[in-house]
Amino acid sequence: MAVGPMPTPTTGAELSRGTPVQRFRRLVSHWALPVYAFLAVAYLALPVMIMIAFSFNDPTGRANLTWKGFSIDAWLNPLGRPGLPEAVFASLLIATLSTIIATTIGVLMALALVRHSFRGRGLTNLLVFLPMSTPEIVLGTSLLTLFLATAQWTFLPTGVLYPLGMTTILIAHVMFNISFVVVTVRARLLGFPTHLEEAARDLYADDWTTFWKVTFPLILPGVMAAALLAFSLSIDDYVITAFTAGPTTTFPLYIYGAQQRGIPVQVNVIGTIIFLTAVAFVLFTTVMSRRQRTNPADAATIGAKGP
Amino acid sequence: MSDFSRRHPGAVAWLLLAPGLLYLAVFYVVPTVQMFLVSLQTGSPGTGYQQTWNFANYPAQISTYWDEFVRSVAYGGLATLLCFALGFPLAYFIAFRGGRYKSLLLFLIIAPFFTSFLLRTISWKIIFADNGMILGPLKDIGLVPDSFRLLATPIAVIAGITYNFLPFMTLPLYVALEKIPPSLLEASGDLYADTRSRFFRVTFPLALPGIVAGSLLTFIPAVGDFVNAELLGNPQSQMIGNVIQAKFLKAVDYPAGAALSFLLMAAILAAVLVYARLAGTEQLYGAKA
Repeated sequence: MAVGPMPTPTTGAELSRGTPVQRFRRLVSHWALPVYAFLAVAYLALPVMIMIAFSFNDPTGRANLTWKGFSIDAWLNPLGRPGLPEAVFASLLIATLSTIIATTIGVLMALALVRHSFRGRGLTNLLVFLPMSTPEIVLGTSLLTLFLATAQWTFLPTGVLYPLGMTTILIAHVMFNISFVVVTVRARLLGFPTHLEEAARDLYADDWTTFWKVTFPLILPGVMAAALLAFSLSIDDYVITAFTAGPTTTFPLYIYGAQQRGIPVQVNVIGTIIFLTAVAFVLFTTVMSRRQRTNPADAATIGAKGP
Repeated sequence: MSDFSRRHPGAVAWLLLAPGLLYLAVFYVVPTVQMFLVSLQTGSPGTGYQQTWNFANYPAQISTYWDEFVRSVAYGGLATLLCFALGFPLAYFIAFRGGRYKSLLLFLIIAPFFTSFLLRTISWKIIFADNGMILGPLKDIGLVPDSFRLLATPIAVIAGITYNFLPFMTLPLYVALEKIPPSLLEASGDLYADTRSRFFRVTFPLALPGIVAGSLLTFIPAVGDFVNAELLGNPQSQMIGNVIQAKFLKAVDYPAGAALSFLLMAAILAAVLVYARLAGTEQLYGAKA
């Protein structure tokens, strides 16, 4: 394992002392980790670069798997494939709605878990933890068995949970997003003191005013991070959606369906647009929260994407 | 609403929790129970399925798909080890030597998540292609024979899983390493620990919570994954996820799929509990390590 011997960087003066052999060994141990980190980051970025590069490909056949030449045709007409606009619209709609619903539910739960004492905390924590430690495929299949069973439940109006479609996808996405929102917001809430809320109460603010004027502005960065995480989990979900979609097609389902016949270049264009939008959004929120306070751990919270 | 929280302290908590608890009960707990019920049904896609409490379904599925179970654990375990080997030095570098590039490096580790998981896996298909950017040059200079393949091999599947879950390993490791107070490292130096014993007796034990969290976050989704095996593997490298997917979406054999799904969940929960106990809190702060 290429672990550097010193937790602090070697200084320039230290590097130039000693015999050539000692100097060489010190140079290697000084540079091994930075070079490794650079390579590791490049490795993580490589598939993303390829996705972006292949959005400018000019494939001759249906498969967009080998480089044939430069073209911006797909960028000029990013939705110009049958079924693609509908799939992208479905993904955006589900991601937006599931983010709003899951963030609302999850923030309330996180507030209760951090700010209130109540019986059943252990059980609540377990119920939040379980969906995150269940493989996605199990979440998808178990929801599918429930939705199929409701087909025989006469007390439910048809079209709510069966047949499968937008509603069932939305239900599934809210379910897996709640836990991630709770965990993200709870981590944020643990960090800040309660004395500001106590001060508000001492100044005769009621619960409602205290929440909106004091608590909410304080947790807003955490809420934004949670919402961004929920949105990116939802818009990218393939596995759970595959089991709960029925005939509906989302963007990941479109990709999966197309990959057997050959993926159109437009898919790479839309993938690139989603990527760049998310990056811009993260940079924007980081700059905004930097202005308030410096906390590098937030970057980790934003991307802590679980199973 | 005024002073409601002071007069009914417990009630506020339950009001805040109610929507979430209700939602998770209806759409996590109930489906899990329903899946268990379905796993005990018998019938056929044509005639429908009846609840016959057919517990024999479980041993039958285990013996039929034993190979796929073993393969899933092996691939998931190998990918977790590889993620640890790749992620630890990276997390170590960011935590201790990241300096002013810390946030940028963390961002670069998270950034791949903003690209579709499927598109990233398809990119590996391009990279691993028979005459692609790895094998093409190697074949040109004659280092590997023309018939050599990476795509459609277990190597590609494990590499794909490793790639996909590397950030899940790296971020918790970073968080744990970042928390280690520099004073402890200095103290070990003052007590004449050399760099090796400082690493193995101070840094590593203190990083254990991150190692536990990271390996769970990697292993759980890796074992259940079927996308990498589907896109990068071959019929002989199918994992249990591929079987479950085929049972539900192609064969419409719900009892078999439900039993396999339930077994996968039970196996993972058991593994998590055993692992959490082995790496439990009493070891974390290092009387032994």
